Amino acid sequence: MRKYIIKRLLLAVVIFFFVMLITYTLMRCLPTSYIEQVARQKSQLPGSKSYDEWMAQLRAMYKMDRGIIAGYFGWLVDFFSGNFGDSWNFTIPVIEEFNKTVWISFWMGLITMFFELIIAIPLGIIAATKQYTKTDYTISILALAFISLPTFFFIALLKLVFSVKLGWFDLFGLIGRNHEQLSALGKFFDKVHHLVLPIVTLVIISIGGLMRYTRTNMLEVLNADYIRTARAKGLSERKVIYHHAFRNTLIPLVTIVGGSLPGLFSGALFTETMFSIDGIGYASYQAMIVGDIPFSMFYLAFISILTLIGNLISDILYAVVDPRVRLA
Amino acid sequence: MSENEKKDKAPVKEEQQYSLNDDRRVKVLSPGAMVAKRFFRNRIAVVGLVILAFMFLFSFLGGLISPYGEDQLFYRTDLMKKEYAGAVLNVDFRYSAAEGQKMSSAVQAMAVLAIQKGETAFEYGGVDYQVIKEGEDFYRIALADGTTVAVTYKDVIRSSIEGQELSFDLIYNALKAYVGGGKTFSVDGKVYTIGDDGVVFENDTEIAYISRYALNAVSPDVFLTRSFRDQLIEAIENGQEDFTFVNENGEAQDFSVEYKPDVKNWVIYRKQASRVYDMYSFPSKEHWLGTDRYGMDMLTRLMYGGRVSLIIGFIVEAISTLLGVIMGGLAGYFGKWVDNLIMRIVDIFYCIPSMPILIIIGAAMDAMNMDPKLRMIYLMLILGFLGWPGMARLIRGQILSLREQEFMTATEAGGISVYRRIFKHLVPNVIPQIIVSVTMGVGGTIITEASLSFLGLGVRFPFASWGNIINDVNRTFVLESYWFIWIPAGVLLLLTVLAFNLVGDGLRDAFDPKMKR
Repeated sequence: MRKYIIKRLLLAVVIFFFVMLITYTLMRCLPTSYIEQVARQKSQLPGSKSYDEWMAQLRAMYKMDRGIIAGYFGWLVDFFSGNFGDSWNFTIPVIEEFNKTVWISFWMGLITMFFELIIAIPLGIIAATKQYTKTDYTISILALAFISLPTFFFIALLKLVFSVKLGWFDLFGLIGRNHEQLSALGKFFDKVHHLVLPIVTLVIISIGGLMRYTRTNMLEVLNADYIRTARAKGLSERKVIYHHAFRNTLIPLVTIVGGSLPGLFSGALFTETMFSIDGIGYASYQAMIVGDIPFSMFYLAFISILTLIGNLISDILYAVVDPRVRLA
Repeated sequence: MSENEKKDKAPVKEEQQYSLNDDRRVKVLSPGAMVAKRFFRNRIAVVGLVILAFMFLFSFLGGLISPYGEDQLFYRTDLMKKEYAGAVLNVDFRYSAAEGQKMSSAVQAMAVLAIQKGETAFEYGGVDYQVIKEGEDFYRIALADGTTVAVTYKDVIRSSIEGQELSFDLIYNALKAYVGGGKTFSVDGKVYTIGDDGVVFENDTEIAYISRYALNAVSPDVFLTRSFRDQLIEAIENGQEDFTFVNENGEAQDFSVEYKPDVKNWVIYRKQASRVYDMYSFPSKEHWLGTDRYGMDMLTRLMYGGRVSLIIGFIVEAISTLLGVIMGGLAGYFGKWVDNLIMRIVDIFYCIPSMPILIIIGAAMDAMNMDPKLRMIYLMLILGFLGWPGMARLIRGQILSLREQEFMTATEAGGISVYRRIFKHLVPNVIPQIIVSVTMGVGGTIITEASLSFLGLGVRFPFASWGNIINDVNRTFVLESYWFIWIPAGVLLLLTVLAFNLVGDGLRDAFDPKMKR
């Protein structure tokens, strides 16, 4: 087991190295308008160095003066020594902007995951136990519809119905107009109120996949021999499904849910952007479209690490939860 | 019994004559027909197929049938109301100072006070003034010694000749005669006559006119002619809201009059027709779904947008399937280090955050001002290149299990070349999985493309795409009032992706030989 984990960890490091190499190369190929812009501004200050000198200095500062490979190693060293640089777009250290934005994304993700689990798993199990009935078809089609739903269209529809027509929620933002006048509790509920629509969006677009996954796995389990045995020995259907079948369905579910835990930090780009919520997704979007290399690189590295950790967790959980799996 | 019916019955009888174990009694279906039969028995999948058929007809035939082009702009003539003049019914006293005299505003205020109190004299700044009533709402202010300082009146007298000022004596005498109901008066030896409607003539030439309405043009270089004034005052008195004025050149001009009760004046607007883009026009006979923000027919845009979305979906899937099948096939067949290498590459690609990368590339293409057509091609290549690892993993897994089966040992024993073994014997066995994966993949690609286009980083104007059509919803007024701009595109997008998923699901079940129903 330990050997397996170490092997997977080493592999993850190698994958991370190459993923970031590709990303870094891509970033370096972008038109470097930001540096030119800063150099132009600085060179116009009275008594300043010339544009070319500023350009050379800035390029050295951002490690743009060396080749891509050398620059990449420079970036790697900086990254692992915790030196993430300053964001060009937000003009504060990258780590500060990250700290400012990641928590709201995390809480949104956590609440979403909670609702996703308590809605999707029961529905998936119901669909599987009532295979080929109307309930099953309804749930399956709903699940497919949620998967097919373009996030941005769904958000626009929600806004039209609940913000414009019914006027229950604001169109944008995390806090209301009179947020500052509210008491501490009022501020909290103001934020909760503004998070309702984004979380509804995130829940709806994410439950489809989990519903289908649960249903497929439950069906597989229900066709297994031990379920037939359980039925044959005269257990009640309730007991068969909720004791024997459900526990076995949990194995792949725990694996996939465990694997998606790190993803809670990665933010929801579309939802946050369309609702103007200052989460990590919105911040990264703003940084990426203006070519803010330090922040984008940090974000991409962060996301890659989250993905790798997620894969690792789900592989390890798979071995831990299912006693039949023995890792070599 | 007619002959036709006899013929119909004949084969039935024949069938009954077969013995029980006769092969002809059993209808043999090819595997393909079995799959088709199972597929068509699945009603939901058929619904998906019908939706897809509709989308293809809509997108590919629709563009041909539609009378409009993809980026054809429409115009409409808009009546622009431009403020032209203002009119006020004069209720205040106006002043004209005599030549060489001054009438300060303080003195004016004192004079009004005196008039309102009915006094005939007042004092200001140590000077005594007397107020002499000359007629209805017409007073002369004079010093104690009788020198006229000014006249004050409510009827407004204006010169009829452009650029010519009226002298004080003329004003004084004309008003005096007008208020007193007189028809003629004389100033400096010249004789003037006053018509019924307040027009002042000098030898039959109109030089001025008197009226209770004060009219002013908004723009200082416009001179309001008398005929215009007459018509305007008539319109105001009759409570008309619109009138047409024919000017001296014979041109008809449309005006509208609006009364502003809060400031008690009339504003006269000149209506001018101008050609503008027919933006955001509501659904009508010409434009069934209205027009978009550029003034293009929405329905036609949707058709071309569907074409773009579907073409991109298929091309991207073709690229990633081709790459995936080759890489997955090689990895699965050769195993060992080839498999290891390819699967590590797959791992790397799996880990690349594709949406952020696409956004960054999109922003970079924006910065380079790339040609929209070239941009679309790059988009397809990039999406295809990012999509192959999933397919490779699927193919590899399938091939790993197929490789161990007897028929593969047979091909090896038969000395068939490696190339043929992979692509003629292994890959065809994986085709069901490929078809299912491609069908669902097209749906996914369409969503990705639409998302990028929605952010303005995918397909760009002048090309239509369902995503960039919905993009307009980012303007709050479109979200609130112009449903026809974004809801149809969103519904089409949702239906198409859903249909691809339904068909993919149906195919998966149909291909599955273990399926019971």
